[in-house]
Amino acid sequence: MDSKITRNEVRHVALLARLELSQSEEELMTGQMNTILEYMGKLNELDTKEVEATTHAIELRNVFREDRVVPSLDRKDSLANAPGADGVNFVVPRVL
Amino acid sequence: MEFEPVIGLEIHAQLKTESKIFCGCSTKFGGSPNTHTCPICLGMPGVLPVLNRKVVEYTIRMALATHCTIAPVCRFARKNYFYPDLPKGYQISQYELPLATGGWMEIEGTNGASRRIRIHRIHMEEDAGKLIHDDYKPFSYVDLNRTGVPLIEIVSEPDIGSPEEAASYLRAIREVLRYLDICDGNMEEGSMRCDANISLRPAGTGGLGTKVELKNMNSFKNVQKGLEFEIRRQKVMIERAEPIVQETRLWDAGRNVTVSMRGKEEANDYRYFPDPDLAPVEVDQAWIGQVRSELPELPEAKRERFVTDYELPVYDAQVLTSSKALALYFEAGLKEFARPKLLSNWIMSELMRALNKSEREIEACPVSPRDLAELLRLLDSGIISGKIAKAVFDEMFSSGKSAQSIVDEKGLVQVSDQSEIESAVDQVMSENPKEVSEFKAGKDKLIGFFVGQVMRKTKGKANPQIVNDILKKKLNG
Repeated sequence: MDSKITRNEVRHVALLARLELSQSEEELMTGQMNTILEYMGKLNELDTKEVEATTHAIELRNVFREDRVVPSLDRKDSLANAPGADGVNFVVPRVL
Repeated sequence: MEFEPVIGLEIHAQLKTESKIFCGCSTKFGGSPNTHTCPICLGMPGVLPVLNRKVVEYTIRMALATHCTIAPVCRFARKNYFYPDLPKGYQISQYELPLATGGWMEIEGTNGASRRIRIHRIHMEEDAGKLIHDDYKPFSYVDLNRTGVPLIEIVSEPDIGSPEEAASYLRAIREVLRYLDICDGNMEEGSMRCDANISLRPAGTGGLGTKVELKNMNSFKNVQKGLEFEIRRQKVMIERAEPIVQETRLWDAGRNVTVSMRGKEEANDYRYFPDPDLAPVEVDQAWIGQVRSELPELPEAKRERFVTDYELPVYDAQVLTSSKALALYFEAGLKEFARPKLLSNWIMSELMRALNKSEREIEACPVSPRDLAELLRLLDSGIISGKIAKAVFDEMFSSGKSAQSIVDEKGLVQVSDQSEIESAVDQVMSENPKEVSEFKAGKDKLIGFFVGQVMRKTKGKANPQIVNDILKKKLNG
């Protein structure tokens, strides 16, 4: 694998993930992501010429449910793990 | 230089299923916030979405109604972005393999001729939640009831040539959705939403200019106004030789302008990939055939049938099929009163005028098809006159009473009795000797005056034909 992750790509991904990285964190991440890619690159050593590309591990098609309503969660349970809630809504910092 | 706009629309339509697309939570509108949620639509780790079969069926319906090709195999993809209305951090949508591609929709073009707008694709996806912003505190509130409500996105080709055509296309799509009974098409409530891509090019050339995406137009009027504004704005930019930026702009209905969203959406990098949690969807010919056999009659076919079977003018057929409810109203009326053109005239004039005036839809019409048919039978058989019928109709519309009971109560039965009308004519003649001699001296126009006077005396109930006959006989005698 010669397609190395650059510092700029790390910044872009951080922006997409809404993360703010310090200079040293950017450096650390760049190194770590490249190590991960290198490791995954091992898979390229396999000869896959005869193997069809797939997105699913098993040949499953048309898994459906019927259009029937089942009971929802209690609202207090739905809100239970939220960092912010007022008993009715999730509460987040203002977005506009 | 003359410019022409090039417009494409992306329409999102909420499907009328009972439950959400990937879980069993209710899709009902207006539930108390966050009461229609479960681990799946909340995006809890480790849950598995399972596709609602009806969503596929409804999408096939729309694909068939718009002449699309249905893919034998399609699949779902994750569209990744962060926003508080999207609990999973991705929206399940379709990307490189949508359910349907390459269709078209017939619309009425600006010059009245019919135009074909090509449809690029139709795909299935899930809706996001709703955000409410606090006016006083630095908070936003998130209601996830809408999260996971099924949507189809209908993407047109850039074939639309004016804001009026855009509105006409949008109306045509809404009508088909309603005929198919898969979406209620209510733009104000958000069950149908529309974004537009628009660019300008020198008139008559084939190229494409830099396009701008327009969002937040939540009514037919706003779609048209937003596009009109954007055409003016881009024209000024081009004339000043300023570059048009490819960007997303929001329609601000309060100020009647479009506003750039620049900066907020710069990270337009969705990193789509196939959703491993959902199995691909295979639609075979048997399934397509079954859905096709269950399709209701669509506006186009209904129009043709109204013309051939009921011998209505094309214009009447167009008006009557402009909404499914109106077409049903007409056909229900026809069962009770089998004179299509007379019924059509009354629906298009009196009924629609009264509905417009009271700002009501046909669904909420206080006069039922059966009631209207009864009124027309009274008119048709000469029991009441045309003038009286109109007055009776207004009363039916405001009171909800039946035609017969209004006619009985007010004694509005048309007077066809010779002697009764004769005595009214005699009275009128003796009260107006001057006009009588003028008429006899050749002033024929005065016949209208006499008819009016007789009708007045009989409170509009005299049969006008008989009044005419008797007047002519007496005045000329």
